[in-house]
Amino acid sequence: MALPQSKTDATEARIAALQMPEGAAWASEARQSALSRLRAMGLPGPRDEYWRFTNPADFNASAPGAAAPFDHGDEKPVFGDVDRIKLVFRDGVYDTDASDDLTHEGLEIARLADAVSADIHWAKDLYGTIEARSHEPVPRPFAALNTAFATDGIVIRATAKVSKPVSLIYLHEDPTSDVIMHFLVKVEEGADVTVLESGPAAARFNKCMEVDVADNGAFHHVRVQGRDHERRAVTHLFARLGEESTFKSFTLTANGVMTRNEAFIELTGDNAVSHIAGAALGDGRFHHDDTVFVTHDAVNCESRQVFKKVLRNGAVGAFQGKILVKEGAQKTDGYQISQSLLLDEDAQFLAKPELEIYADDVACSHGSTSGAIDETALFYLRSRGLEKGDAQDLLVLAFVAEAIDEIESEALADDILSRLEGWLTRHRAA
Amino acid sequence: MLEIKNLHVKLEEEDKEILKGVDLSVPAGSVHAIMGPNGSGKSTLSYVLSGRDGYDVTDGAATLEGEDVLELEPEERAAAGLFLAFQYPVEIPGVGNMTFLRTAVNAQRKARGEEELSAADFLKLIREKAKDLKIDADMLKRPVNVGFSGGEKKRNEILQMAVLEPKMCILDETDSGLDVDAMKLVADGVNALRDAGRSFLVITHYQRLLDHIRPDVVHIMADGKIVKTGGPELALEVEHNGYADILAEVA
Ligand SMILES: Nc1ncnc2c1ncn2[C@@H]1O[C@H](COP(=O)(O)OP(=O)(O)OP(=O)(O)O)[C@@H](O)[C@H]1O
Ligand SMILES: [Mg+2]
Repeated sequence: MALPQSKTDATEARIAALQMPEGAAWASEARQSALSRLRAMGLPGPRDEYWRFTNPADFNASAPGAAAPFDHGDEKPVFGDVDRIKLVFRDGVYDTDASDDLTHEGLEIARLADAVSADIHWAKDLYGTIEARSHEPVPRPFAALNTAFATDGIVIRATAKVSKPVSLIYLHEDPTSDVIMHFLVKVEEGADVTVLESGPAAARFNKCMEVDVADNGAFHHVRVQGRDHERRAVTHLFARLGEESTFKSFTLTANGVMTRNEAFIELTGDNAVSHIAGAALGDGRFHHDDTVFVTHDAVNCESRQVFKKVLRNGAVGAFQGKILVKEGAQKTDGYQISQSLLLDEDAQFLAKPELEIYADDVACSHGSTSGAIDETALFYLRSRGLEKGDAQDLLVLAFVAEAIDEIESEALADDILSRLEGWLTRHRAA
Repeated sequence: MLEIKNLHVKLEEEDKEILKGVDLSVPAGSVHAIMGPNGSGKSTLSYVLSGRDGYDVTDGAATLEGEDVLELEPEERAAAGLFLAFQYPVEIPGVGNMTFLRTAVNAQRKARGEEELSAADFLKLIREKAKDLKIDADMLKRPVNVGFSGGEKKRNEILQMAVLEPKMCILDETDSGLDVDAMKLVADGVNALRDAGRSFLVITHYQRLLDHIRPDVVHIMADGKIVKTGGPELALEVEHNGYADILAEVA
């Protein structure tokens, strides 16, 4: 189907402003085919089905608006107490000096630029492949754009159970940086790896992560997006899960004028487990969109989607989530919950929860709610001596708890919790 | 301890007067009971005293040890020593009972300028009090009142009271929904706290609780007012004859 001329023009204008990096023949091919995908679907418009809640204009623009880097003062860095392998990017450029050594038992880690320059590399079978499968029935043009134009990133192959997390640290220094990064994580049979992400990365950040978890493998992911108020981010998390494999992802988002986090997870092996969760905190100019598609294409798999948003003062949250159970995916256990806590009457939550089921022996449930602080509970807590602000924070934390509970590591969960508490204290109603 | 004078209260939302001139004086060290027909305003009185939103005090005053409590925030009233055991204890999903209690104890201590309890000291305190009320460790770990039976919720209220050691304890129908043994536990909990410096206002429909917690004074509330005040025998009269005679007599 031909695109409307306006879409073609917008897409071509966006492409014209970008430069495709050099690489090995296979990589250029992958990028070219991603570019064709992008041209075929075009950039999204506000009337496209999955862009009704979130205006894509910020991501369509050929250059981003300025975003001042957030001043963290003397706050402890995110995951600062966690023993981890640190890989640092400054405005999207890998900083070798600031990063730890890449050699680590059970892991093969390389810069994307190096991986895509090698004629023979395992990355060939993964780069752009899950992304390419993700556009039916919903196109994800910014992911295709990412595959075509990503300039840096990291590729990780886990071949054993690795306890030390790989920590991707995205520093943002240049107020107008526009960054496109692509990450690959290949978890081999029986291997286990944890990937952490933290920081804003840029004024505008387009990030893709493709995760391939082989049979019996496990992938753990905890992400904290940067707190710059004006930053924009469109991210895609793609995953393909083998038999008996585990995928667990949690994202904390506080601040940011525009964030769209998409996930596309395919459970392709029997008995696989996928849990994806997120907590978003917005006060004022904040728009956060979680668009999550989980596809069950095997027997006896379990999936959970747990998304919580705390909004005030004009902040907007959106959730679009789908559980698709394909024919034959019997004994599927699917759960989806998306909830918002509106701390005042100016905040807004938009939700589109969906179930699409083509198997008959499944148990799937979904729910979406939007509500205010429970005044009765607030009074109960205050009547026991808790100050109003503390009582309210306790109720907010209780609301978010179900999402935090999805983080398996206690140390990581504690770190997230302390970030949440800090944010709540700083953003108390006057 | 607690002095209530000519208290008039109406609902904020609608022009409906609920308390129509309540006069009540509970001296330090005494136990007073309030009985009265459904809807007479007993819970409203307890809510107004503890500072719940939604009520307008149109006239009168209430003081706790001489301090005007109606001017205070709910948490300030708690720190001043006021405690309400709720008729309907509130479920708070996601907040652990232990965390809640510890936060409450330390918030009150902080407000009074006292040192916070250490985790170990708190644990010791809570274990001891919970044991007396036959509240098991599992109940302490669960979210506040979530999935608790009616009787467990009431015992949990008394546990909070025992841990917080308030000066003025208002118990709103803490006996309803309790089996005979639990009633005894709750009464023992209350009696253990009886002290020259502590007062109780026990709202109840039944004489039975008052067999265990011997009140000094019994008040009858009807249509937003205290209509009759007497000794423990008044409760027995209500138990046997209901309210009709009393109401007819004061009408
Ligand atoms: N928020 C409210 N909105 C409307 N009516 C109210 C409200 N609060 C109290 N009332 C009314 O005020 C009256 C007194 O209620 P209250 O709960 O104080 O009675 P009570 O004496 O505690 O009764 P019970 O013995 O049944 O517990 C009742 O008629 C009740 O319906
Ligand atoms: Mg009542």
